[in-house]
Amino acid sequence: MDLYKLTAHELLDLLKEKKTSADQIAQSYAQRIGKVDPQVKAYVRVRPRDDKAASGPFPLPIAIKDNICIRDNETTCCSKILAGFKPPYNATVIDRLSRAGVPVLGNTNMDEFAFGSSTENSCFGPSRNPWNKECVVGGSSGGSAAAVAADEAVWALGSDTGGSIRQPASFCGVVGVKPTYGRVSRYGLIAFASSLDQIGPITKDVTDAAILLGLIAGYDDRDSTSVDHPVPDYTQALGKDVKGLTVGVPKEFFIDGLDPEVKAAMDEALNVLKKKGAIVKNISLPHSDYAVATYYILATAEASSNLARYDGVRYGLRQIPAKANRTSIIDMFEETRRVGFGAEAKRRIMLGTYCLSAGYYDAYYLRAQKVRTLIKQDFEKAFKECDAVITPTSPTTAFKAGEKTSDPLAMYLSDVYTISMNMAGIPAISIPCGFSKAKLPIGLQIITKAFDEEMMFRIAFNYEQAAGWHKEKAPLT
Amino acid sequence: MNQKLETVIGLEVHLQFNTRSKIFCGCANDFGKDPNTLTCPVCLGLPGTLPVLNEEALYDAIKVALALNCQVNTFIKFDRKNYYYPDLPKGYQISQYDCPIAKDGHLLVPTGKETKRIRIHRAHLEEDAGKLIHDPNSKCTLADYNRTGTPLMEIVTEPDIRSPQEAYDYLRILKLTLQYLQVSDCDMEKGSLRCDANISVRPRGETKLGTKTEIKNMNSFKAVKAGLEYEQQRHTKMWQAGEKIVQETRLWNEDKGITLGMRSKEEAHDYRYFPEPDLVPCIVENKTIEDIRKTLPEPPLEKFNRLIKDHALTEYDAQIIVQDVALADFFEQCASRYDQTKKISNWIIGPLQQEMNSRKASFTGLQLEPENFVSLILQVEDGTISNLAGKDVLAMMLDTGKRPEEIIRDKGLAQVSDDDTLIKVIDEIISANADVISQIKEGKESAMGFLIGQAMRKTQGKANPKKVGELMKRRILHE
Amino acid sequence: MGKHLITPKDVETIAHLARINLTEKEGETLTHDLENILHYVAKLEQLDVSRTDPTTHVAPLKNVFRKDEVRPSLSQSEALKVAVSQQNGSFKVPQVIE
Repeated sequence: MDLYKLTAHELLDLLKEKKTSADQIAQSYAQRIGKVDPQVKAYVRVRPRDDKAASGPFPLPIAIKDNICIRDNETTCCSKILAGFKPPYNATVIDRLSRAGVPVLGNTNMDEFAFGSSTENSCFGPSRNPWNKECVVGGSSGGSAAAVAADEAVWALGSDTGGSIRQPASFCGVVGVKPTYGRVSRYGLIAFASSLDQIGPITKDVTDAAILLGLIAGYDDRDSTSVDHPVPDYTQALGKDVKGLTVGVPKEFFIDGLDPEVKAAMDEALNVLKKKGAIVKNISLPHSDYAVATYYILATAEASSNLARYDGVRYGLRQIPAKANRTSIIDMFEETRRVGFGAEAKRRIMLGTYCLSAGYYDAYYLRAQKVRTLIKQDFEKAFKECDAVITPTSPTTAFKAGEKTSDPLAMYLSDVYTISMNMAGIPAISIPCGFSKAKLPIGLQIITKAFDEEMMFRIAFNYEQAAGWHKEKAPLT
Repeated sequence: MNQKLETVIGLEVHLQFNTRSKIFCGCANDFGKDPNTLTCPVCLGLPGTLPVLNEEALYDAIKVALALNCQVNTFIKFDRKNYYYPDLPKGYQISQYDCPIAKDGHLLVPTGKETKRIRIHRAHLEEDAGKLIHDPNSKCTLADYNRTGTPLMEIVTEPDIRSPQEAYDYLRILKLTLQYLQVSDCDMEKGSLRCDANISVRPRGETKLGTKTEIKNMNSFKAVKAGLEYEQQRHTKMWQAGEKIVQETRLWNEDKGITLGMRSKEEAHDYRYFPEPDLVPCIVENKTIEDIRKTLPEPPLEKFNRLIKDHALTEYDAQIIVQDVALADFFEQCASRYDQTKKISNWIIGPLQQEMNSRKASFTGLQLEPENFVSLILQVEDGTISNLAGKDVLAMMLDTGKRPEEIIRDKGLAQVSDDDTLIKVIDEIISANADVISQIKEGKESAMGFLIGQAMRKTQGKANPKKVGELMKRRILHE
Repeated sequence: MGKHLITPKDVETIAHLARINLTEKEGETLTHDLENILHYVAKLEQLDVSRTDPTTHVAPLKNVFRKDEVRPSLSQSEALKVAVSQQNGSFKVPQVIE
């Protein structure tokens, strides 16, 4: 039996029946990584197996995105500027996983500091899509999505600021969840955009996502933006049907760039839900067209500030310029950041700095904050008339490596369907809903109102079980 | 140009609160420890860490706002002030920009013969940065982050101050006011109080402000006064010579007694303020503010005036007593038991102050009950013990906590005051010193002192010297 | 395309504000990229936001505090473990000129 092919809940059943052990599971995944990762390059750092690891009810090995701090474990956000940085503390989510007995397999590849939608901005080089190695894995949590898709982990954690969990999940044919803002502690998540970031699960199916979210969610007194809202047993939502539920489809999402195969897959998915008793309704999210612009002002502004601490003074890379005279501290800052940051990081820091700078704050940052309010209000209105909103996760399937790297704006526009949910602070899940003719996965996104992950899981599970796409495996040998 | 010029000064004071822990993390808020022993991932600004607000720092800030007669903003929000410096671990300081916790207040400043009203423009809450030590030998700078995250309140005046002396007086009353609140020890040497100044000059009568310069690096109130005096002269000279004053930051050099323009050309900082996303807003209820207001002590200036009015103290005495709020309370408790307030204040300002000095202690460090202090004074007044003995008894009271009656009894310090006993002694002295008696009778009254001294020796110092003097005089001159 | 929203001089200024030493080529590329992006985001000007409040926090949280209690700090050696360079218990950097 190839344990590495199984889901978390299947492994839990086997463990309960004593048909397998924590050791056997760990062994199976370690071997799988050894065999397959040279092709996929999902991992940037594989941890040695920890025989002294605390035991617990969930000995199901997990892959962790390289921006989530693990004590004394190199954590770099796939950036040169954090090379060698070993945090002296665990992120809260890591502490919770540790208490549950979940062993960490290693750190996965990502776009540097989460800046990107393809994982091509990693200082370690890109990962390869298990479905087609010439294609990108999506980003920024591309390594985590690829690891799960390639059965190199039972499950994974990623982070999502504008779609960075959902879009790679969609490109890799796995499940990805961005929880409600404040649902999961950000303590220990190396920040990109503080008011948008959330850590979330990437899994093989919806049931696993419900379990994993339950393990990491909950109030944390070390995160002032963490909400003290009780964590339900999300798996309880999975059995309920969708009869009479209303799902809204926003008319603004049918943009020019939407791949007809993606549209077709979504239409078919809606049919499946209708057959199961859901009501599909057209709705409007009138400010959708402004979402990408709003996001790229707000997120880059916050990022420019969050990345100011990388200056070579206390940790990470320090680069002194080769100069004849004495080096000043400013020279050290500027050279360290020149060498340490990649092109996309520099681009975003520069854009963000500009939007906050004197004379431009009102026109850019303040204005964007107000448009954010309008986007949030669009969803509040929508949820008055429907239980969930459904869209494709991405307008396309996984594009070819290198296809969008020369046009930053084109790369930004590929986030168009996922970006609004971070700005509204509401949860969303991406689940597989088919394949293109080229056998590349297509993702369906289900969005619900704040703290209504149960509705999100309920609809997602119903669809998943009816359609069966989650059973397909990437053709890796 | 020989116009009369007026000096315009504004002061910016940074106050460190004495909370137990730092403003955004649980590290101890302490001073003088080994470098980087009071840090954690949060105040080191390590990647992934987040701030959580210390509620005590917020309450302390409200206390200060109320004591400075400010409008308290019930909507509290924080902003990031972005700049790069090695003492700033996050590359930004969490501060308050457009919604400071306090604004539009004032402080009454006794200065010279008048009391001036200096307006407080605003006061806000923020975090302190670390400390840098420049090592010229190894051409490097060393960073210690113990101080990072200490809660600070920045208090900014309107440019209402008109002389370096006024600035000095403002600082003194500000310090006393803040010490009364017990939110800080306000010690410039320890860095719990820091001051930067802005100064400009303009022709008298002109309302527009002249070009100002900022002075930094003044490490005592005297240095603030000296720095401002130097800058005032510099501005005045330049103005009179028709030279243009450059708006810049200048550092006070204590050794040379001058200010120096900073070597690197300081561009105007663009701090790119924006609301801090990691901290959510606080709404302070009016009831909370009123509850805090009720806990505020009587401010020092009011106490000063009231001590003079209610207890007939001199300004000089009242001025000394109000410097320490615990001492002032002690005085009033004594005054409620004994109406000779001048005598109480004499004993406080004299012997008690001497004891505090020699013990290097403040009043709160001593064990002294008002009833015991008053009792001591009474026993000196009624002659039970001499003045000199009284000082000794005070010292013993402070050492042991015992009541004066006990000490006087145990040490046998009671003076001999009854007439019959004393007259016997005096007669003995008189008969043994006939030649001195003749001198006195001839007019040399000062020789009386010698005889009194003899009487004191004969009684092992226990005679009541005043009584001895009276009786001796009567005996010799009038009988 | 109309007027330039950002000039090479602007890019130089921003690079200094952001403390990044750009090469000449990077400066050119960034001027071009930022120009494109700023033109794109200018679409926000089409909206009337005069009666809209800005959103800073999406979660409706207020008054989140911690008690004034001391928690253990890192030891000096733990704190300096991440250091690039250290001396006498402090983080060491090239001289800062005042």
